[in-house]
Amino acid sequence: MKITEALEIFSQTHPGMVRSHNEDSVECDSAYGLVVLADGMGGYNAGEVASGIAVSVVATEITQSLQNASPADRDEESGEELGVLLLRDNIRKANASIYFAAQSQPQYAGMGTTIVAGLFYDNRMVAGHVGDSRLYRLRGEVLETITRDHSLLQEQIDGGMISVADARLSKNKNLVTRAVGIDPDVEPEIHVHDVLVGDVYLLCSDGLNDMVEDEDIQATLYALQRNLPLAAGQLIQMANDNGGRDNISVILVKVNGTFAEPRGWLAKLFDLFQK
Amino acid sequence: MAAKLILSMDGAVIKEYPLNKERMTIGRKPHNDIAIDNLAVSGEHAAIVTILHDSFLEDLDSTNGLEVNGVPTKKHFLQNNDLIEIGKYKLKYINDQISQTDAADFEKTMVMRAPVKQVAPSAGKPAETGALSQTQASTNKPAQAETVESTGRFDAQRPAAAPAAQPVKPAAAAPQADATQRLAVVQILTGPNAGKELDLVKNLTTLGKPGFQVAVLTRRPQGFFITHVEGDHFPLVNGETLTNQAHQLNDHDVIELAGVKMEFYYKK
Repeated sequence: MKITEALEIFSQTHPGMVRSHNEDSVECDSAYGLVVLADGMGGYNAGEVASGIAVSVVATEITQSLQNASPADRDEESGEELGVLLLRDNIRKANASIYFAAQSQPQYAGMGTTIVAGLFYDNRMVAGHVGDSRLYRLRGEVLETITRDHSLLQEQIDGGMISVADARLSKNKNLVTRAVGIDPDVEPEIHVHDVLVGDVYLLCSDGLNDMVEDEDIQATLYALQRNLPLAAGQLIQMANDNGGRDNISVILVKVNGTFAEPRGWLAKLFDLFQK
Repeated sequence: MAAKLILSMDGAVIKEYPLNKERMTIGRKPHNDIAIDNLAVSGEHAAIVTILHDSFLEDLDSTNGLEVNGVPTKKHFLQNNDLIEIGKYKLKYINDQISQTDAADFEKTMVMRAPVKQVAPSAGKPAETGALSQTQASTNKPAQAETVESTGRFDAQRPAAAPAAQPVKPAAAAPQADATQRLAVVQILTGPNAGKELDLVKNLTTLGKPGFQVAVLTRRPQGFFITHVEGDHFPLVNGETLTNQAHQLNDHDVIELAGVKMEFYYKK
């Protein structure tokens, strides 16, 4: 199955109930199975600028590079898959763009952004993230967070200093330990995950998961997975009903079929003629 | 403003201590940040580690131990109004800075660039570092720590102990109108399951047959809503076909879905 048929993608973003403008940015390209979400930070409109640069650099650079290449190809030098390489390199490229924009324009000084991105190919997904925007996966009835926040609170949880339940009471939420555009270079966290038919993936900014319990996110995705626009609207509505203190962005990806890369020269030739 | 401890004995306040260092110690010896000259207090009795706006209390293997809110404790994640007891002395933990925060500033995501130790010398001077901000608008009630045995963690609440007394909601869930507190029910009126009742206890309840016709009932602060999810046919409410929009349900509305009629009502 072609990736455009195998994946159903829907995204929605909302400023929330408190903020006057939306500093989140989202972009989806169903032809390349690419989804990108960023949550910007910085004074005035610098947050929007940072998240906008991040999303557009990652999306345009990756789709450009994949026009004449397959993400499953191996890079000759490193031996890494092109999909993994592209995601890592372009998050770093976005980092450099934001960093230099912030250096050269005083009104953008100190701007930065989180990012979470997924590239689907060959029945897998490469996920990359920096900061506290999350990627969840609903498989069957089980919702899992498959990214680990780069935040002070997550470090405290990992260190056994504070329990997950107590983390809700912490007054140190929203302190990220890694962000795009703050320093000259950044190390994105990249993982490859197997994808199964029926999986639903959720990328979101912390405006969702700070406001809505994982339990309610799970119930919504499970009950409404056949209607992604409704599921996205419901998630945003729940965040707003609970206070909507931050911008809320969600990208939903539902896997309706397999999308293996054609193998062998004959399959590739066949695939070429199909395009 | 920094969190603080108010030291008192027999109801008389002795002194206030702002928690303006990353680590402060409590003990009998004079070098402690909070020195209590009493033989029931160990030389170094306890320590309080403060990381930005959160403070953690730890017993330093003291001879007589300490209690938090009446419960013997080794380690504890301090919450506003917690009462620490060491012998006859009481230390009240006050961390109400959230209410004094500039509203425009709260909840903003900020970056910590340096290692924690360098960035967070004190909770009291967030402005100096430039990388910190106030977070979270609500004042959390002090969670009750009812169980005792120590783990490696600083527990503010125990999963087993807390829920009955004070269910810990996400901070934001507070502004909920009456509608959500009222128990609502859907009773099936026709078909083989006629008479059956379904309590709407979850925020989200689906009705119908997957693949054929499904609607969802959502619980919101202003009441319950019904929305069409899938299927060619849309549900009817009081004989009117729904649109793609969510429709608010009133007491005793009749829903028709997949050929089955049911009544929505609030339990008295």
